Amino acid sequence: MTVTPFIRDGGLPFCKGCGHSHVAINTERALAQLGLDPLDVVLVTDIGCHGIVDKSFLTHTVHGLHGRAVALAGGISAGLDDPKKKVVVFIGDGGATIGMQHLMGAAHRGLDITVIVHNNMLYGMTGGQPSDFTPCGFKTPTVPDGKSHPGYDICNQIAAAGASYVQRLLGVGNFSDDIANAIATKGFSLVEVMEICPSHGVKSNPGMKLKKVVEESGLEVKVFRSEPPGALATFSASQPKSLLSESMVTHPIYTHSLRDRISIMVAGSAGGGVQSAADWFARAAILSGLDATLRGAYPVTVGVGFSVAQINLSPEPILYTGSPTPDVLIVTSQDGANYARPFAARMSAGLCLLDADLEELQTGAELVRVPMSSRVGTRDNAVYGLMWYLNKMAPFPIEAMMNVVTQASGSRRVKLEKMMQFEE
Amino acid sequence: MHRHLAVAIQQSQWLQRTVAKNQMPFKVSTVPKALTDGSRLITESCVRAGADVFIGYPITPANLLYLYASKRYPRMLAAPDEITTLQWMAGFSATGHIPVTATSFPGFALMVESINMAFMMELPMVIILAQRLGPATGSATCGSQGDLSVIAGTLSGGFPLPTLCISNFDDCWNISAEAVKLAVRMRSPVVLLTSKEMVMTRSSYDWSGLPEIEPIQRRFYEGAGPYEPYSTGPDLIPEFLPVSQNSYQVRLTASTHDRNGIIQNVLPEAIDNTKRLESKLVKHLPGYTFFDFDEDKGAGTLIVSYGITSLASRDAVQELRKSGKKVSLLVAKTLLPVPGDYLDICDRYERVVVAEENLTGQLRHLLYGTRGRAGLTGINGISKMITPAEIVAEVER
Repeated sequence: MTVTPFIRDGGLPFCKGCGHSHVAINTERALAQLGLDPLDVVLVTDIGCHGIVDKSFLTHTVHGLHGRAVALAGGISAGLDDPKKKVVVFIGDGGATIGMQHLMGAAHRGLDITVIVHNNMLYGMTGGQPSDFTPCGFKTPTVPDGKSHPGYDICNQIAAAGASYVQRLLGVGNFSDDIANAIATKGFSLVEVMEICPSHGVKSNPGMKLKKVVEESGLEVKVFRSEPPGALATFSASQPKSLLSESMVTHPIYTHSLRDRISIMVAGSAGGGVQSAADWFARAAILSGLDATLRGAYPVTVGVGFSVAQINLSPEPILYTGSPTPDVLIVTSQDGANYARPFAARMSAGLCLLDADLEELQTGAELVRVPMSSRVGTRDNAVYGLMWYLNKMAPFPIEAMMNVVTQASGSRRVKLEKMMQFEE
Repeated sequence: MHRHLAVAIQQSQWLQRTVAKNQMPFKVSTVPKALTDGSRLITESCVRAGADVFIGYPITPANLLYLYASKRYPRMLAAPDEITTLQWMAGFSATGHIPVTATSFPGFALMVESINMAFMMELPMVIILAQRLGPATGSATCGSQGDLSVIAGTLSGGFPLPTLCISNFDDCWNISAEAVKLAVRMRSPVVLLTSKEMVMTRSSYDWSGLPEIEPIQRRFYEGAGPYEPYSTGPDLIPEFLPVSQNSYQVRLTASTHDRNGIIQNVLPEAIDNTKRLESKLVKHLPGYTFFDFDEDKGAGTLIVSYGITSLASRDAVQELRKSGKKVSLLVAKTLLPVPGDYLDICDRYERVVVAEENLTGQLRHLLYGTRGRAGLTGINGISKMITPAEIVAEVER
């Protein structure tokens, strides 16, 4: 029988006696057993000695960053979105240490990839430093007295995270069936292959046998999980519509009385309807043939503290959307007053509408106390403040605002009759 | 009487009073407009240009881009962090998709090594960077233009990471599509630079006249083989093949590699390949040099700006010209690699005023280094948008 080659002639690039060669050979056997075409397979390798193997493979090969191979493979698998394709990750115990979150996440999501952890219990390429997989007592060139605490039991962790197939085995002999099982399983599979690095591990721990190290570490050699995947993360395509919907377009039906640009600031509290009131106001301005800009300002915690809207209106297209000093300031709450204080102080003209319940505010603008909260409550005082301003200064018809408020979804609670009482 | 006005008068008691008092309104506009933010236009533009997957990790002020992406991209993935975001994007890109993400500095910082990887692998993708005030977490809800130097220093070795910048809503549409197409054409990650005020502040906008965006047509290698993933012709851009096909083996690697994608340390062929990564971007730069040059003949002063400060700069130029002052304006949209055109234009002016919302003048330094030149000044500041008045004052100084 002719076996499809997955590794090109010329030998493997590893040190004599290195378990990485066994992994490569057994992976080739497993892929052949599964009857795959080499180009149905994407081999994603991490950084470390194992990663130089990709030049030997006849599959597609992708060689990424240290610790990130699992995340990269997850993207490839989701991008392929094809169960006929197989994505296999080679990663070392060092890469699995730095990329632990990617491993947990991929197992949890059930990404359709197979990860082969080459666990030789240390960082081989950089001189034999301990990884988070190095067992307690295992010596390396930089911990000559042995590591002080145990290594990860990746198999238990990954099984708990929701992987479909998890197995630990000793990296000797023929373990191609095990790797084939892992690759054949839909969803996330992981095989941890235990090895001893012939360059650093053997020298630092003379006479120590692989099987004994693993046993003494309390790491079980077995299949931890082999079952059909549960709910897999799906990445199915949706049927998106254009974001530029005609329903967003306002056709002017009113007109306005503005000769120049004006800037209006509404300063209140989160939950006080400031942003929706400003939104309606800006739309009403557009409905009146004006240009408008609308900028919200609030603390990082959007549900408490101040909520401020800055609106610019202009008969000409607005280029600069900032508004350093407002022409009109409407303050509906103490949070808003605290925020607006420096703006009020900068105003040398214009109009400041201050909720009648609030403390004095220093400003050079005409200050009018308006019973906003007492008349309409603290949820509607911002829209009332804007209506009050429209009634007094009439930059555009109050009917435009009423039109927008009436049509806006969720605005049924706004009692327009109450809003139309303007005595000071 | 204008038909529109007649309807308006009929509907408005206010207007009836105004007409009765013989105080006619100053101006009547009938142009339909939407109240929109830049994020909406950017998202729509990227998708129409051919971007087909968005991978996001939430961060202020890029959250609207994430929200719209969830409604608009054919595929949308919520990544668990920004390193995964970039790695997933690289994976999608390797399979022939065009991925986009949006972030701000803290997320971008996590992405840096992976952006280097994608650059080395020559994988197309777009990273939208919505700037906020740093350093570190800084002020998440305060705009800024503080990240140009970060982008300029993203790639080890000083390689240019192609960066386009949005100066207004028209650019949200036009430049975003160019970013997607540039990523594919150059086989490179591309940064689309913007800032908080552009992606969150809403403005009335007439989008009816926006040009149609034709989706980019991907062209994959169709030769007779053997396929060498990093072989190029005179255009210095290797033909792409996704790892989803069964015709030819594809090798992608972040390490220094030869034309077959096999790791080589300092083999001349591999080093030449690394050098090519810069050459290809510089060679094609004229094809993606985007700027607005509003020339006022006879002006001795040039305002140079980009991004959010372009809004104030355009405003200031209008004001200055109204008062009889001659002034020209250069709005830079291609920021990296820096087009030579900018210095050529600057050379024609006695005074060059660079306005940008950061402390140190990052574009100014990209153009002129620390030494500057005669007649060069900057308008800088943080924590608030630079105002037209500040620019007017500097020009009139």
